[in-house]
Amino acid sequence: MSRSIRRIGVVLIFLMIALLVNISFIQVFQGDNYRNKTDNKRVLLEEYVRERGPILVDSEPIARSVDTGGELKYERVYPEGPMYVSATGFYSILYGATGLERTENDVLSGSSDLFFFDRLDQLISGRKPKGGAVTTTLNPAAQKVAWQGIKGTIGAVVAIEPATGRILALVQSPSFDPNRLSSHDTEAMRIYYNDLLNDPSEPMLNRPLVTTNPPGSTFKVVTAAAALESGRFTPSSLVPGPAVYDLPGSTKTLRNWTGADCGPKGMVTLIEALAQSCNTAFAWMGNELGADALRAQAERFGFDKAFDVPLRASTSEFPANPDEPLTAYSAIGQFDVRATTLQMAMVAAGVGNGGIVMNPYLVQEIRGPDLTILKTFEPTEFGRALTPEHATQLQDMMVAVVDRGTATTLQGITDANGNPVRVGAKTGTAQTSADRPPVAWMIAMAPANNPTVAVAVMIQSPGEVEVSGNAIAGPVARSVLEAILQQ
Amino acid sequence: MTMTERGFRPAVRFTQPTRRWLELFLIACGWGLGVLGTLQVGWTTGEPLGRRFWITAVVVGALAVIAHLVVRWRIPYADPFLLPVATTLTIIGLVMIYRLDVAAIQSAERRNQIPPTPDVYAQLTWYAIATMLFFAVVLVVRDHRRLQRYTYTCGLFGILLLILPLLPVIGSTVNGATLWVRVGSFSFQPGEAAKILLTIFFAGYLVMTRDSLAVVRTKFLGIGLPRARDLGPIFVAWVVSLAVLIFQKDLGTSLLFFGLFVTMLFIATQRRVWLGLGAVLFAVGALGSYFAFSHVRVRVQIWIDPFSFAQDQGYQIVQGLYGFANGGLFGTGLGNGYPQLVPFANTDFIVSALGEELGLTGLFAIVLLYGVLIERGLRTAVAVRDPFGQLLAAGLSITMALQVFVIIGGVTRLIPLTGLTTPFLSYGGSSLVANWIIVGLLMVMSHRARQPVAVQHSEPDALTQVVPITRGK
Repeated sequence: MSRSIRRIGVVLIFLMIALLVNISFIQVFQGDNYRNKTDNKRVLLEEYVRERGPILVDSEPIARSVDTGGELKYERVYPEGPMYVSATGFYSILYGATGLERTENDVLSGSSDLFFFDRLDQLISGRKPKGGAVTTTLNPAAQKVAWQGIKGTIGAVVAIEPATGRILALVQSPSFDPNRLSSHDTEAMRIYYNDLLNDPSEPMLNRPLVTTNPPGSTFKVVTAAAALESGRFTPSSLVPGPAVYDLPGSTKTLRNWTGADCGPKGMVTLIEALAQSCNTAFAWMGNELGADALRAQAERFGFDKAFDVPLRASTSEFPANPDEPLTAYSAIGQFDVRATTLQMAMVAAGVGNGGIVMNPYLVQEIRGPDLTILKTFEPTEFGRALTPEHATQLQDMMVAVVDRGTATTLQGITDANGNPVRVGAKTGTAQTSADRPPVAWMIAMAPANNPTVAVAVMIQSPGEVEVSGNAIAGPVARSVLEAILQQ
Repeated sequence: MTMTERGFRPAVRFTQPTRRWLELFLIACGWGLGVLGTLQVGWTTGEPLGRRFWITAVVVGALAVIAHLVVRWRIPYADPFLLPVATTLTIIGLVMIYRLDVAAIQSAERRNQIPPTPDVYAQLTWYAIATMLFFAVVLVVRDHRRLQRYTYTCGLFGILLLILPLLPVIGSTVNGATLWVRVGSFSFQPGEAAKILLTIFFAGYLVMTRDSLAVVRTKFLGIGLPRARDLGPIFVAWVVSLAVLIFQKDLGTSLLFFGLFVTMLFIATQRRVWLGLGAVLFAVGALGSYFAFSHVRVRVQIWIDPFSFAQDQGYQIVQGLYGFANGGLFGTGLGNGYPQLVPFANTDFIVSALGEELGLTGLFAIVLLYGVLIERGLRTAVAVRDPFGQLLAAGLSITMALQVFVIIGGVTRLIPLTGLTTPFLSYGGSSLVANWIIVGLLMVMSHRARQPVAVQHSEPDALTQVVPITRGK
């Protein structure tokens, strides 16, 4: 009988091997197939089971995971919802992640290499990884007033700390509620997402970082910087500022928005030309300096380069080979010059910071799951746009814009103690095309010779002409400046 | 015991090591595995372990050590791997049952419901009872050859137990299969006990009839067939199996008994023709019941395409497959998966729970533990000196192997799913007790087999003949 027992033993071994082969097949080779089945609840549960780390502003969460006590354990909650969307983005089981939720996913999900020791602990204990926290550079007061200021319009606000490049405010309008994309109700999520996609005002567009528009007259600050840097002009240099400027090499003419000469006998000082936003003077200056000098200056402020803050910001552009008329238009920020709101805030910040442009950044610190600081981001220099002397001169020119020029809405700003603060600014209105509404701009920084804040406001739906930069974007810029100055 | 036996012990120990220390060491390993596993469950789920955990750990450890001591005392030559492997599998089952308890408790807490009574303490009690019965086997049976005397009694009781669930009042149907007996609050699956009794019966019966069953006369198409009158037994087994399938709707038990009988028939007669005949009868029965009974048809359809039934009858197996997939190569780790999503995760589908949290690696280990158990059982079968013992040991090992294959194969969709418990792992007293009795029987037999020949002789005059042989080895 022993022989037949051995034979049966061999058969049983084959049965066991069949089991093992089949288990391997299911667990490893078919695994992905099963994991991707739509009715596989585990995938959803797995996504929600991790306690994703919070995104913080001044140690207050603007995105955090809340234990729902349900089967889907954690739900991503954005206490301020639409106000911080440009920074946080959303985190959705159906639509993935955007914003910091995407760029900082390693940290938030707890899989970053920074958490080596936590992960080692997880490996040994088998515990679920808990995410780390991301602290942003945002200033809640500035963010709040910026949001209230542009809510209801189509526009964007970016505020920067000039000395460091820290982004203090980052707001888009229209916005959306990220809570409704991270909920556990997938059907409601689907409906809301499709509504957002079909909305012609593009609520999911990150306007401060992604949308580029002609910067209009705010670009005159760049042209003025190029003029000072050329060494041929000072703020008091007299330049031609006639009512009508005949564009060289063309039969076209360029007019001042007032329809009058900018100064007596059609001549105006550079400082007055900026203060009054004299189109003809800066158009003449553009051709005088040449497109290459303008481009070089623009690039020293950050044009023609994409920044990762760490969200990817679009590249602001100065046209490649403009002819003379186009150079004239470019010098006053029309037609093919295109800038993000972030870029124009960087121009104001660079001038205010003694000519040094700092790389803008949004993430201040990375903290571990236990909130110990694992990494602090230090300010980094992008480069020098102006010499210190020229920067000071340009600061004073921007102050003139507020004191006796077009940016009247920024007059009379005080600090927390009620002391007046010198504010430098530049208004702008850009005609994009005949069928699209003009874009209203305001860039500003204060206190003028040592600014703690620089801001750019862009509103795409002003409905007015040149004054709109001051009238529509101005109050928003003012409230952001005051929010920082009066802290 | 006689004086002569005692006199021979030293020489015997020298020739045949008992390897009991190895057994104790392996038991300790299994126990440690259980403690670590439970600690991990507490750690990952955040469920406090408390004093109950340490009491459980001590009780489990004590049961295992006492079992070891009883073995040392009464059957010191028993195979040293059977006890540790069975203990380890039982402990793995306890850990998984506890882990599923935690999931149920936490789920109830989340919904503000009263938490369900944990199953793990009931299972622990059953483990204690199973250990007692293991002792009973070791102490009372002592020599398996005694069982041969009860061949027909075992057969009768085995059949009785099989049909018991069909009786009114005490019989009870759970999840469509009538395989439970309920008396008051106490319920058990008589099929598990019947499994052992029928194996004894088959062994005893086949030992007596194997010579005549081995005779091959009739030639049909060049194949030697058994005589027509010898076809009776296999036919009866076939009919009984079909009856179990039809009336109790218990595909697993049906398959198990028929497979067991045919395999034992083959071992006893060494005639491959019985296997062929068994296969033919199986095919006829399977095809017949496929067309005749809707519950069999549904099972097969679910097996072929479970995802078409993902929301109803196939829900369990589909969820089980998702569990396996979620586990992957290394598993999610105890407490990190979602085994509770599979209905009856702690009984029929405990393998999918283990596959999810321990991964392919863990399941390989578990299947290999079964492999060791079965291999040691078959080794015992080969080593036992009497034909009844050989057949019994082989039969018991085969029962276990078939059961493991049928249930794990069913859960992993290798074969259609049939309701069987997973030996040692599944929650449920009848199964645990029955499997421990099997371990007890195998150990008694292996003790008999590995025990030095000298000890078995009681006639004083045999001494002079035996001594030189033993020393010569």
